Amino acid sequence: MDIAEIKRPENIVYRKPALITDNVMHYCPGCSHGTVHKLIAEVIDEMGIQESTIGISPVGCSVFAYNYIDIDWEEAAHGRAPALASATKRLCPDKHVFTYQGDGDLASIGTAEIIHACSRGENIVVIFINNGIYGMTGGQMAPTTLIGMKTSTTPYGRDPRLNGFPMVIADMISHLDGTAYITRQSVHTAAAVRKAKSAIRKAFEYSEKNIGLSFVEIVSTCNSGWKMSPVAANSWMVENMFKKYPIGDIKDVLK
Amino acid sequence: MAFKGAIEIDAPHCKGCGVCVANCPTGSIRLSRMVNSKGYNYAEMIGDACIGCSACALVCPDSVITVYRVKI
Repeated sequence: MDIAEIKRPENIVYRKPALITDNVMHYCPGCSHGTVHKLIAEVIDEMGIQESTIGISPVGCSVFAYNYIDIDWEEAAHGRAPALASATKRLCPDKHVFTYQGDGDLASIGTAEIIHACSRGENIVVIFINNGIYGMTGGQMAPTTLIGMKTSTTPYGRDPRLNGFPMVIADMISHLDGTAYITRQSVHTAAAVRKAKSAIRKAFEYSEKNIGLSFVEIVSTCNSGWKMSPVAANSWMVENMFKKYPIGDIKDVLK
Repeated sequence: MAFKGAIEIDAPHCKGCGVCVANCPTGSIRLSRMVNSKGYNYAEMIGDACIGCSACALVCPDSVITVYRVKI
């Protein structure tokens, strides 16, 4: 069969999600942010909640998330997305509210906000992109940076005696009674992308049930911060990041 | 049942990251020797082994791949 015969509109099985805008993403080539944006757009589209969804964008590389997904957005001060999301959800309980945060935002300056939002059991979704580095500001050490990992502020590798140990936020908040669903996923292969998508969908469905906060951590790459090619960064993530941040569900109150 | 597929790549918006190439099970994608207006070696389809599995499009961060699939 000729390629031209296959390329007909009725044969399309995958295309750019309808909610992803035509703006060209400012992310580096191969950045996981684009893939996660796409999954969120697909989930919102499939659930038919475009009109009732409010996203809270963070400070960091994904600050411009509001340019790429065609829903209502608010922009929070650095780390304060869970606080803004709590207020939004309490004022508009019928809306679907989610925050989209990186590890510099959520695990460092915003630690207090995320812990207390989880403790209060706000009915929001938190998407947490964990790539172990501050991407936007030039690859500095983040609280989630692995031991021995080289960054621009730890050029000889992270030393726990000087810099402390990596912070595993998802495991920490699983002990709080206000959380309903906590999972850790990744988006480096097609199978992982499918699993991450069903996790994001589950998180949005749980937020409709008003049973507590849903938290989806995506272990990601920052190939420019890690100084690797996108494909090499994916294999480095599998070899190193997954040891400290294993993939899978951590908590599910409905199971 | 067998499938035959094809992909269409929005070359001007491709950033040439190569994640699709690493994820293609049939080796049907490569990075072109040509560059787009931003200077990236964009992805392109090669050969006729594509089965339309969508693995490339799922991992594409910039959503530039459209996948077509037919039963044969």
